[in-house]
Amino acid sequence: MNTSYFRPLLIGWLLLGAHWVQAQDTRYQTRTGVISFFSSSPLEDIEARSQQASAVLDLQTSQLAFSIPIRSFEFKRSLMQEHFNENYLESERYPKATFTGRLLEVNLPELRETSKVQTVTAEGDLTIHGVTSRVRVPGTVQLQNGQLLVQATFNVAPADYKIEIPALVRDHIAKSVQVKVRLTADPIQTMASRP
Amino acid sequence: MILLTPFRCLGLLGLLCYAHSGLAQDNLLQGLERQTADSTKREPVAATFKGTRVINGHSVETPGGGTLIFLISHRFGTLNSGAYNFFGLDQATIRLGLEYGITDRLAVGIGRSSLEKTFDGFVKYRALRQSTGLGAAPVSVTLLGATALTSLRYTNEGFDHTLPRRLTYTWQALVARKFTPGLSVQVSPTVVHRNLVDTESDENDVYAVGFAGRQKLTKRLALTLEYFYRLPNSRTTGLRDALAAGIDIETGGHVFQLHVTNSRGMIEPFFVPRTSGDFFKGDIYFGFNVARNFTLKSRL
Repeated sequence: MNTSYFRPLLIGWLLLGAHWVQAQDTRYQTRTGVISFFSSSPLEDIEARSQQASAVLDLQTSQLAFSIPIRSFEFKRSLMQEHFNENYLESERYPKATFTGRLLEVNLPELRETSKVQTVTAEGDLTIHGVTSRVRVPGTVQLQNGQLLVQATFNVAPADYKIEIPALVRDHIAKSVQVKVRLTADPIQTMASRP
Repeated sequence: MILLTPFRCLGLLGLLCYAHSGLAQDNLLQGLERQTADSTKREPVAATFKGTRVINGHSVETPGGGTLIFLISHRFGTLNSGAYNFFGLDQATIRLGLEYGITDRLAVGIGRSSLEKTFDGFVKYRALRQSTGLGAAPVSVTLLGATALTSLRYTNEGFDHTLPRRLTYTWQALVARKFTPGLSVQVSPTVVHRNLVDTESDENDVYAVGFAGRQKLTKRLALTLEYFYRLPNSRTTGLRDALAAGIDIETGGHVFQLHVTNSRGMIEPFFVPRTSGDFFKGDIYFGFNVARNFTLKSRL
């Protein structure tokens, strides 16, 4: 008797499974995303760049996740890089910055059919220096030659993430640091083809 | 199968769907983290010491590619020289130095000490960097080769102070480990060769082992200790091991090192074989090193 109920369940599973496998087709990933930031103050401009951002974007579910090793940021001055890691971001204790969230307002059919740049908003949790904060970030997405291009520019206030800046250098570091994200993500092959 | 009643089946299915959608975001990140963890790269451990010197001696650190450091080192007279000499502040010896990182591993430096009007030059190479990740190196090893030339004018000593007689050489292997973000320890086998020594009882080759440590007190303040132990057959009577204690203070582009030591010289041929002060009898020189970094080549 129980087996007759088991069949619909199995079909349900298969449907769900099929749906899930299909969803894999809309996943894009990169490990070489570029994230840079820029702090401008009357006394000094500070710039750093990393080319080691990892990101996964699922267009079907509009979900995305970023992870970036703090140590991968490169500065013009080696001493700045050292201070950034040792004193400000404390990368030994908090080795990564992450973002998880979803894309709002993404028009999937249009994205697929045209290679037009679409303006979107990402909403989610940004974790830096062990502090998580809910953010909304404006950006653009574009599908070009099968690759997903993502760009975003937003501001981060060090104080929001408990990054202490001593009084002596307070005038050298901007209250709000501009962050730029630029990545080219490749489609992930279906899970079916790779166990 | 007995437990799978229709209601429970639906419930289970619902739960699975719910879990699937609700956890997807986190799973996305977890998947990402797992992947990036798989490719765990070897990351060098940075900032074992604040500066290229612990106190008198070198640390495993080099300036880094494209960075020039201007290092001003200063030692006043001994604290026990009395109020007449303002407890040593009336007298001072100084060393001005420049060091440049040709690459992240290789550095060269020059300096001039007021003590015996000595010029010095060195080459420093980071042979091994302590790292984290797969196949990590437990320690950093930096090799140092240095030479010093005294330009002092000698009169009536009965022999010529030819160029070779004015030269000394230092060979050092600096081995350090950053145990915690705050604590770093360094051991440095050292050989100082002097082409000409003061007396017959002095050895031309002096063997010593340096021990140094750094403990951070706050993010920008650290305590340092340094001791050079001369090996038994290098211990000339009347001379002492160099001992020093200090603090490192870091500001934006500078590192200030304030310390007390029983040696006056700031390069190896002075402080390793020729330290005469008795630290515990007040032959203590107060001094400081100030390092200013200049970035000649942008790293971006």
